[in-house]
Amino acid sequence: MARTLPALGVGVVVVLAGVALATMRVNPYLYFAGYVILQYVVIATAWNILGGYGGYVNFGTPAFFALGAYTAVFLIRSIKAPLPVLIVAGGLVAALLGLGIGYLTLRLRGTFFSIATLALSVVLQTMIINWEYVGGSRGISVIRPSGPPFGNYVVFLFTVMLGLAVVAVLVARFIERSWIGRGLAALRDNEEAAECMGVPTLRLKLFATTISGFLLGVAGAPFPYYVTFVEPNSAFALDYAVNALAMPMIGGTTSWVGPVIGAVLLGTTQQLATVTISSELNLLIVGVVLVAFVVLAPEGILGLVRRVRGRI
Amino acid sequence: MFSWDLLANAVVAGVLLGGFYAAVSLGIGLIFGLLDIANIAQPAFVILGAYAAYVMNSAYGLDPILTGIAFTPVFYVLGAVVYRIYYGSFERRGEESLRGLVFFFGILFIMEVSLSLKFGVDYRLVQAGYIGKSFELAGVGVSFRYLVPCVVGVAMTAALYLFLGRTFYGRAIMAVSQDQAALRLMGANPVQIKTIAFGVGIAAASLAGALLITIAPVIPSTDRDYIGRMFAITVLGGMGSIGGTLVAAIILGVIESLMATFFGPSWSLAVSFGILLAALAVRPAGLFGR
Repeated sequence: MARTLPALGVGVVVVLAGVALATMRVNPYLYFAGYVILQYVVIATAWNILGGYGGYVNFGTPAFFALGAYTAVFLIRSIKAPLPVLIVAGGLVAALLGLGIGYLTLRLRGTFFSIATLALSVVLQTMIINWEYVGGSRGISVIRPSGPPFGNYVVFLFTVMLGLAVVAVLVARFIERSWIGRGLAALRDNEEAAECMGVPTLRLKLFATTISGFLLGVAGAPFPYYVTFVEPNSAFALDYAVNALAMPMIGGTTSWVGPVIGAVLLGTTQQLATVTISSELNLLIVGVVLVAFVVLAPEGILGLVRRVRGRI
Repeated sequence: MFSWDLLANAVVAGVLLGGFYAAVSLGIGLIFGLLDIANIAQPAFVILGAYAAYVMNSAYGLDPILTGIAFTPVFYVLGAVVYRIYYGSFERRGEESLRGLVFFFGILFIMEVSLSLKFGVDYRLVQAGYIGKSFELAGVGVSFRYLVPCVVGVAMTAALYLFLGRTFYGRAIMAVSQDQAALRLMGANPVQIKTIAFGVGIAAASLAGALLITIAPVIPSTDRDYIGRMFAITVLGGMGSIGGTLVAAIILGVIESLMATFFGPSWSLAVSFGILLAALAVRPAGLFGR
């Protein structure tokens, strides 16, 4: 616990640096791209709590993300709720879904769990497409509130997402270093053995799916204000599922640093590739990098670093 | 407003659709059901088969189904190569579960994005003499674009059934799915047998893709619609049961067709996933499970 306070301090410094950057008003594209990268830091970190620590591969990231986004759309349309309410509500609704898939793990393990999460994403998308109130298949426009801090809404959202990313990383770091992380690692390696040794596997799995779902929903909640037009195909994009697992895999799944490294590297690459080449090609890069890492460097960049250090 | 005509039409259309779904699911029934390899990239191979049929059809006017058959050796080799990479990188090290799944997901994504880079996101379709023709039987319309894939699908099911039950390599595949160590003791190489099985499964995707583009136009992201269907059918039919695959495919086809007729086509996708979730939760062994 002694090292929690310095970590909190670093988090506060990062947020303050972000606010300073927001007041400086550099090239507006920087905030626009930065938001997406930070959003991926939250997504990758959230995915890793279940996938990296617990060993349950979730292909349903778009479902949780879109649930956060559509909860926000619903609250904006019905009661014009402010942004903090949207974030908390989006997180809570996605957390409920997470709790649901947590109970699924009672019967479904390994591959079946992953396929079920993929299924979940499609079922949810079908329901949204058929729900006219939140735009149905045509989508819905969202009007940003007027008079945001820093004079520009995207700049404001950038700082909000930075704060969320710091919170997500701190949560992941705390889980990793507590008995929860050790319990999850035990059930990742051998669930039956962990259960026999007295690890409360069900409670740990429910905790991991719920907190992972919560953070994914949180990442999605500001999305409507960021894009100002939400439609099912972009909110449920398969890109989120691929990125959510590619980023931790590239960085390294066993530590909270891994998803952050992966998200920053891959997120930045994608942003650069979108501007300079094409958005289709940058998705191809993600796929190729993912497969290359999984085949050649299964421990990710962190594993490579460890191997190099071991030799010296 | 309930009409018996509508119901009869929906059921017949569903059975025809089911025969086609069986063709699509045979490959995954072999690879996932028998070999226990979670190849979620299978639908992408089906779409690749569909585009092969499209290219040969638009360039040389070849019949899509003949193209599908002609391309099976190419797909077989492709499948064998993919399995060897999978085996060398994951199975041999005993890491197949988590990373193998991610590997196939990456392949699915790469294939889908490559296809959309090459062909764009426009709907592609094929021309053939029988597409667009139909006949009527006791008030029920039957169109050839559904009938032909259904017949081919049933024929493929029968062929695979005979291959697995009657031939040496087929029986070896059944053996490798039951007890790999025992097969090794009998002097056969399980890796070689699994390579053959994986290749056959991917080869089936070539023909299934040709059937797919015969039924309806295809875009690169069509594969996502089939992930759920394939796994729903394989699980519902009972892992590794070829006859069960056909029965489950027809059940799914009929339910989807009824949903599309009476509630609207946008719900038909949710059916397969609903069935998958229900089957996994209630009876993971499926209808004809071992």
